[in-house]
Amino acid sequence: MPEQYKSSTQIEKAPVMEPGYTFGTVTEKISAIVLTRPATNGWFVGFGVAFMVTMMMLYAIGYLFLRGIGIWGDTTPIGWGFEIVNFVWWIGIGHAGTLISAILLLLRQSWRNSINRFAEAMTLFAVACAGIFPAIHVGRPWLAYWLFPIPNTMRVWPQFRSPLMWDVFAVSTYATISALFWYTGLIPDMATLRDRTDNRALKIVYGMLCMGWRGSARHWHRYETMYLLLAGLATPLVLSVHTVVSFDFAIGIIPGWHTTIFPPYFVAGAIYSGFAMVLMLAIPIRKIYGLEDFITERHLQNSAKVMLATGLIVAYGYGIEAFMGWYSGDRYDAFTIWNRLHGPYAPAYWALLVCNIFVPQVLWIRQLRTSPVALFFISGVVLVGMWLERFVIVVMSLHRDFLTSSWGMYYPTRWDWATYIGTIGMFLAAMFLFLRVLPAISIFEMRTLLPEAEVKE
Amino acid sequence: MKRDPIYGIMAEFDSAQALVDAARKTYQAGYKKIDAYSPFPVEGLAEEIGFTHDEVPLVVLIGGLIGGLSGYLMQWWISAVDYPLNIGGKPYHAWPAFIVITFEMTILFAGISAVFGMLALNGLPMPYHPVFNVPRFSSASKDRFFLIVFSSDKKYEPLATRQFLEGLSPRSVSEVPS
Repeated sequence: MPEQYKSSTQIEKAPVMEPGYTFGTVTEKISAIVLTRPATNGWFVGFGVAFMVTMMMLYAIGYLFLRGIGIWGDTTPIGWGFEIVNFVWWIGIGHAGTLISAILLLLRQSWRNSINRFAEAMTLFAVACAGIFPAIHVGRPWLAYWLFPIPNTMRVWPQFRSPLMWDVFAVSTYATISALFWYTGLIPDMATLRDRTDNRALKIVYGMLCMGWRGSARHWHRYETMYLLLAGLATPLVLSVHTVVSFDFAIGIIPGWHTTIFPPYFVAGAIYSGFAMVLMLAIPIRKIYGLEDFITERHLQNSAKVMLATGLIVAYGYGIEAFMGWYSGDRYDAFTIWNRLHGPYAPAYWALLVCNIFVPQVLWIRQLRTSPVALFFISGVVLVGMWLERFVIVVMSLHRDFLTSSWGMYYPTRWDWATYIGTIGMFLAAMFLFLRVLPAISIFEMRTLLPEAEVKE
Repeated sequence: MKRDPIYGIMAEFDSAQALVDAARKTYQAGYKKIDAYSPFPVEGLAEEIGFTHDEVPLVVLIGGLIGGLSGYLMQWWISAVDYPLNIGGKPYHAWPAFIVITFEMTILFAGISAVFGMLALNGLPMPYHPVFNVPRFSSASKDRFFLIVFSSDKKYEPLATRQFLEGLSPRSVSEVPS
């Protein structure tokens, strides 16, 4: 290999884990975060703020239940406002966790082992935030259980030919499988915590949570089979979830929604925003907890590359939407594109193009892909951009469709904002708690990365 | 029958390689009721102690089939038999519209069967187990590797088995009280 290429591939292959660790030191380093590290003032302040923001969300939801959907900005013809924008945004963020834990497992990408645990936690909390919105937006939330096919005295059933019903099944399956995947991944690590702690009460709690895991070879064999099968099941599932979310729009006839590009473009966008969130969490976590040896430059680079690739797919989606607006010859589709570029919400569309297409192109530069500070801010820009994308799709298509007599404008109220920001608080509060009580990095999967784990026949 | 006060004899090893080698030798020496413990899944270890039949895939297959079938039948029965609703003239038994939920139910049931099937086949949850009586065993979830010969094994002899395990150059050998 010529010299000039050699040096560049060496930088490319930054290690997945810095050398010099043993089974024991990996275990101690990760479990110490939970067991021995005292909670700092920074943690209390961070958790406290996030918790108060969560309380604000509960207040906003309480007021919503008291007064009804009228406190939101939703008005005819814009029946879907922030609640659906936020639902799609959150569920999309969750997708990166499943991609990392399931798809990268099947592809034997060993670098996933140090980020899969907290990425799965991120998925779970993001899906929980997403799930709030459809439940509270139905108008009479105490009847939200009508969405499920539960036998009832009224002898009525849900309507399965509607994509909204498909969504109920897709999202609840996704939430269940994500929770199972995360929990089973934790079982061996909770056994480690049980054996490491000196606190009798914690020993009992972790001992119960890990179900008495003892690491028998037979157990490990079934465990690995289960884990692989679950990954194989979660892979088509995660692709199906955002596909079904996109069906909520694409099956309708509203201009700007009724397109076949939606499923792949939604899935790519979901992974795009999800990796942005992974980076926004990983960068401070590795810094604060001194985990740079486990979450290395390699992870930052790889995540940045996934963002770059999925960002280009998203850009292609925007291009195709604009092209089809012209090529279809449909005046309503053409108007939708014109309205995006020049209508009253045009700043949102232009900002979306800047955030999702132009700014992330700097990731072609290696120095920026490996700079935690730069990546943190670029990820923030992408998350804003992906939120704007959902705003453009949901609100801008609804506010001006076929008849000018039924045009309208949507202005979110303070309750819309309080609920949205409140879910961010809830997400962060859950992350803060997770970091303190469970190992944020999968200990047993990190052990398998060590050279000593290799066994010759 | 009187219960043996000794559950088995346990040997401790430093590395995954040593455990695999010791497990192979023990199994080949005629001890069939043995088990091995490691802090992470060790490739090929289960096969060395005579574990060849993993039923988890079968459980998952059955679970997935039940989920898919019940998902489709539920939609068909509700939409075409019990509560037919004319929505824009769409057929009551609209099979293409039923695919998504059939798929999701397949995944849901298969996934739940995978996790609970694994736990059930492993006999978990089981918070107490005799191996936990060995103080050194707490390292089995960190950096040590253990091999046990159960006292219920036909070839088990307190002295001979202990000597055999000591011959495998372990770090330590201990009796496991039951």
